[in-house]
Amino acid sequence: MVDTVVFILAAAICLTGALGVILARNPVHSALMLVMTLFGIAVQFVALEAHFLAAVQVIVYAGAIVVLFLFVIMLLGVDRAQNLELSVLPVQKWAALVFAAGSLAILALLVMVVKEPVTGAEAIGGSATGDENVRLLARSLFSDYVYAFELTSLLLVIAVIGAVVLARKPKNVVGVAPEPGNEA
Amino acid sequence: MLLNQFLILGAVLFAVGVYGVLARKNGVMVLMSIELMLNAVNINLVVFGVQHGVVSGQVFALFVIAVAAAEVGVGLAIVLLLYRNRTSIDVEDFDLMRG
Repeated sequence: MVDTVVFILAAAICLTGALGVILARNPVHSALMLVMTLFGIAVQFVALEAHFLAAVQVIVYAGAIVVLFLFVIMLLGVDRAQNLELSVLPVQKWAALVFAAGSLAILALLVMVVKEPVTGAEAIGGSATGDENVRLLARSLFSDYVYAFELTSLLLVIAVIGAVVLARKPKNVVGVAPEPGNEA
Repeated sequence: MLLNQFLILGAVLFAVGVYGVLARKNGVMVLMSIELMLNAVNINLVVFGVQHGVVSGQVFALFVIAVAAAEVGVGLAIVLLLYRNRTSIDVEDFDLMRG
């Protein structure tokens, strides 16, 4: 009973935030709505006994990624409210709506129709709760998936280098046109 | 606790993200919608892991979060570079490769 109430509340938070992300006129509002969605998902993770992942969700997503979004929005000065009609591709809007509704219908149909034991079954709770969850996660991460884990660190280093190289201002590069909006 | 409810929630979040990616013009908004889709996938991974009583699903979700962080870093750098070169982050303005 409590599970259901928690799920419904968190799902409502998630979906409100998600709709806010795609419908808000101001990009800053969208970023804040994204935080709302991420917190709702963190609550779902806690309900699923994935405590470590909930903490990571809040710290990495809400703490780092959304701040990065806000930083870029402020830096570009595009935080003015935009007319939603103008800020949405006119022709593609209906195609996008149809496509999204179609993918939702297919996914929902799969969940509803397939009578495999995977769906509609009771979740196994209590197999990895509390500290045990973190211990199992660490053991799995550093034994079975240790190569993937190391490769992830390599990926992050490459991403950092790529971001720095891309965002760096070119100095006296021959053949590069003077940057518009940079004269002031 | 039934699993269907989580799967449906993930499907709805994914569909919302699909709409955002396809319909919004602002490049930053497109990246945010991609985050929504990645989170929908994370919910599914965790819930299937719980269903099978293993932690692999949570490990995969952790990897997805790491990849999302890398993707956002590079993606926002690209948006920054586009704005610097074209003074716009409107994805409609970038059709140089249209045939």
